[in-house]
Amino acid sequence: MKIKAISRPVSSQQAPGSSVVRQPRNLDPAQHPFERAREYTRALNATKLQRLFAAPFLGQIGDGHVDGVYSMAKDPGSLQRFASGSGDGVVKVWDLTTQAEIWNTQAHENIVKGLCWTPDRKLLTCASDKTVKLFDPYNSSSDAPPLATYLGQGAFNSVSHHRHLPHFAAASSQISIYDLSRPSSTPSQTLHWPTSVDTITSLAFNQTETSILGSTGIDRSVILYDLRTSSPLSKVVLRLASNAIAWNPMEAFNFAVANEDHNVYIFDMRKMDRALNVLKDHVAAVMDVEFSPTGEELVTASYDKTVRLWNRAQGHSRDIYHTQRMQRVFSVKFTPDNKYVLSGSDDGNIRLWRTNASDRSGIISARQRSKLDYDKALVERYSHMPEIKRIKRQRHVPKTIKKAREIKREEIMAIKRREENVRKHTSKDKLKPRRNEREKMILTQEK
Amino acid sequence: MADNPQKAVAPTANKRKESKRLVEAQKTYGRGKTIDTHNIRDKKLRSNLKTVENKYKAAALHAKDAEILLEHEAGFLEPEAELERTYKVSQDEIKENVGIETAKKGFELRLQDTGPYRADYSRNGRELLLAGRKGHVATMDWRSGKLGCELQLGETVRDARWLHNNQFFAVAQKRSVYIYDQTGTEIHCLNKLLEPLYLEFLPYHFLLASAQMSGFLKYTDTSTGQLVAELPTRLGAPTSLAQNPWNAIIHVGHQNGNVTLWSPNSQTPLVKALVHRGPVRSMAMDRQGRYMVSTGQDMRMNVWDIRMFREVHSYSCYQPGASVSISDRGLTAVGWGTQVSVWRGLFDAAVADQGKVQSPYMAWGGDGQRIENLRWCPFEDVLGVTHDQGFASIIVPGAGEPNFDALEANPYENTRQRQEAEVQGLLHKLQPGMISLDPTFIGRLDTISNQKRQEERNLDFKPEDPIEKLKNRGRGRNSALRKYLRKKGRRNVVDEKSVKAEMLRAQHASRAKDRLRAEREDLGPALARFAKKDT
Repeated sequence: MKIKAISRPVSSQQAPGSSVVRQPRNLDPAQHPFERAREYTRALNATKLQRLFAAPFLGQIGDGHVDGVYSMAKDPGSLQRFASGSGDGVVKVWDLTTQAEIWNTQAHENIVKGLCWTPDRKLLTCASDKTVKLFDPYNSSSDAPPLATYLGQGAFNSVSHHRHLPHFAAASSQISIYDLSRPSSTPSQTLHWPTSVDTITSLAFNQTETSILGSTGIDRSVILYDLRTSSPLSKVVLRLASNAIAWNPMEAFNFAVANEDHNVYIFDMRKMDRALNVLKDHVAAVMDVEFSPTGEELVTASYDKTVRLWNRAQGHSRDIYHTQRMQRVFSVKFTPDNKYVLSGSDDGNIRLWRTNASDRSGIISARQRSKLDYDKALVERYSHMPEIKRIKRQRHVPKTIKKAREIKREEIMAIKRREENVRKHTSKDKLKPRRNEREKMILTQEK
Repeated sequence: MADNPQKAVAPTANKRKESKRLVEAQKTYGRGKTIDTHNIRDKKLRSNLKTVENKYKAAALHAKDAEILLEHEAGFLEPEAELERTYKVSQDEIKENVGIETAKKGFELRLQDTGPYRADYSRNGRELLLAGRKGHVATMDWRSGKLGCELQLGETVRDARWLHNNQFFAVAQKRSVYIYDQTGTEIHCLNKLLEPLYLEFLPYHFLLASAQMSGFLKYTDTSTGQLVAELPTRLGAPTSLAQNPWNAIIHVGHQNGNVTLWSPNSQTPLVKALVHRGPVRSMAMDRQGRYMVSTGQDMRMNVWDIRMFREVHSYSCYQPGASVSISDRGLTAVGWGTQVSVWRGLFDAAVADQGKVQSPYMAWGGDGQRIENLRWCPFEDVLGVTHDQGFASIIVPGAGEPNFDALEANPYENTRQRQEAEVQGLLHKLQPGMISLDPTFIGRLDTISNQKRQEERNLDFKPEDPIEKLKNRGRGRNSALRKYLRKKGRRNVVDEKSVKAEMLRAQHASRAKDRLRAEREDLGPALARFAKKDT
């Protein structure tokens, strides 16, 4: 008879001469009952922990401004420098690592409407005093006079620099292209849509397809221009005016516009008859929008005193940031490392937020990192479960916003109901097909 | 290239080997059927699902590859000559042939005056809990023979169970259930569990299930102390209680031969099956929850497939089986009268439909000790047998799982690891609501309510009209419309629906009349009376 019974030598448990106890694994599913339920429980705990550790607000940068912060620009060549312009015409440059002011000047007499860094690290500022000025914050002391001043016909609203050529565009009632390499202070080229006369509120150069320029105007239009042919490409007119435009840095043909109708629309410039996505959650006009450096996320600033973070592909916001003291937010930017968000508001403060509310900066051990990765994967895997969805989505919002949201919902329902009633009592041959939510806001499209 | 056939063959042979390896891996480590991604039209969804499927495939293969790290092998008992029988092998013979350390695991305890005993091993198999009917309760580290605590309770003890680790145990005493810690200090008295008969502990849910003399099955959460559910079986005092370790369903055996399956979420049994023609004495489920073995007073041992609720085999015993237990590797021990027999391959035979297993794998006893209770020690080739004169630990080669997972249950854990495991266990405690017959239902997509939501969102959606659907179905005396009118349309309320149904009926009738008239005209005046009235 051959007989053998299980025997485990001590050495299999703890190697001789070692103090480390081994923990053998066996992946046989028979040894791991309830794996689905246990995994779900882990996912639930991970979601709760994420909410528990959510602390998005880090602090304010320096002492801020005396007047509201209406424009900000980050230096594309540096991870830590950015500039902000305020309502009293002061422009300040900040250092992110020390969160301190390093340079400031009284640049204009009026609201600084637009800021932009040039590739050689000089700062362009524009304001409603009909001038664009060029400063050199890196190599000059505070309150140094501008290197150059460019004059225009009307008040300037926005300025954007070409990716590599020494050109910049400034927006007033038309778009003026100035050449930095020439001594002349008059524009080298002007662009405008033949029939439009209204003010252009914002513009942005595409940083990948470098000769494309997008602009938004008070006449509710979003217009794209091409510098090579020095002519406009296409125009869409939306229901309400847009406040800001931002290009996706990764998908160069996509851009987002922040609209007065509380929404953000993401468009594909090749196919402008419908939006790629509509981001709905704000309860007041959206003042600024920016894509994250990864092109996956967006951040918006709104007149409802909140900042919202969005996933490019989803229709509702991922997170909402607010504080009791933050007033109307007029400008918002991701930091170039994608870890933080900067917001400039009416109260003159520049606030620093985390991009992911539950993230912690600082060194994490490999074990903790793997745990965080595992938790993230779990939360994503079970994100369709109602309990997890609820906990993940739940946010405390200020009472005013909650109230405004309720009112807005009621109004929208009323409009919908009215439309349905009209449809119900319209004869079938006169009935127009329903318009998709993504194309509803487009009034006309011209080419 | 074409001249050399060997080169052309090599890749296909390799491929075949690969696919064979994959099939083997998925048999043990796969998680159900794969999704056929070819027929999905949505591009994004298709590529997503493809990635997921590839991940599952890779996971199964990696798990299969990791088998090389399993360092222990299972025991066995194999005859070498043709006339040798494994069930003839005695314990002395086994002890002579295995190592000294292993041989020490077979021992007997003589506890004559306080029996019969019931036993329970802790989850990692390190500690043993013995409870004598007359009130003697003892815990011990059975491998080193160290006594943990010993209590003389002085009242009837019907059952005893370890809780989640070796720090606490529950004892079903005469009036109520008590919980003691490892030193034998009484820490809780569960007053609501009156006259408990049997106890069962669900380690992942931290639930203590107890069957009452009154026929109630009660679940207590041992981490919070709350009574989670009180379920009336309505079939008198239960005769046995067992848990299915795969889905945490509690099986209760009754005096009329019924076995009922319970979860704390329903006041009625999930399943009720007539398993025996007399009281059900004992039940056991295998660790993957596929088979149930039960013994009854009718001197049968039945093997049930609990996925299909079908009896696959019935074996007869010489005496009613008092206790039955299934080991990790599928060995079934039955205690009947003074004997213990161990069966091997009961479930393999059921799978292959080979017929019955002819003879037991091992046998023990017959020395005049009435067997009370059998328990397999987890991760060891050891069977704990309690009888009216004490306790015997016998060696059954090939019973235990040789390779344990230290993060699940670790027989060699130290204090730190035990504490860590307790905290992790509590953090990942499963809610009682998650207990169901199919433990994988959690995380499934709720497609039905999604469909409903989509319908509600679609403004052009027209709800289906039940009357419109009846319009063209069936004619004659029992048409769908007539049935509808009979059941719902003839109330004293005239509403839109009933008016519509009546109208439809009138239409039907007039159409039938027209048809009849046309037929009459066809047949002419002489034959008109033979026209078929209604079809």
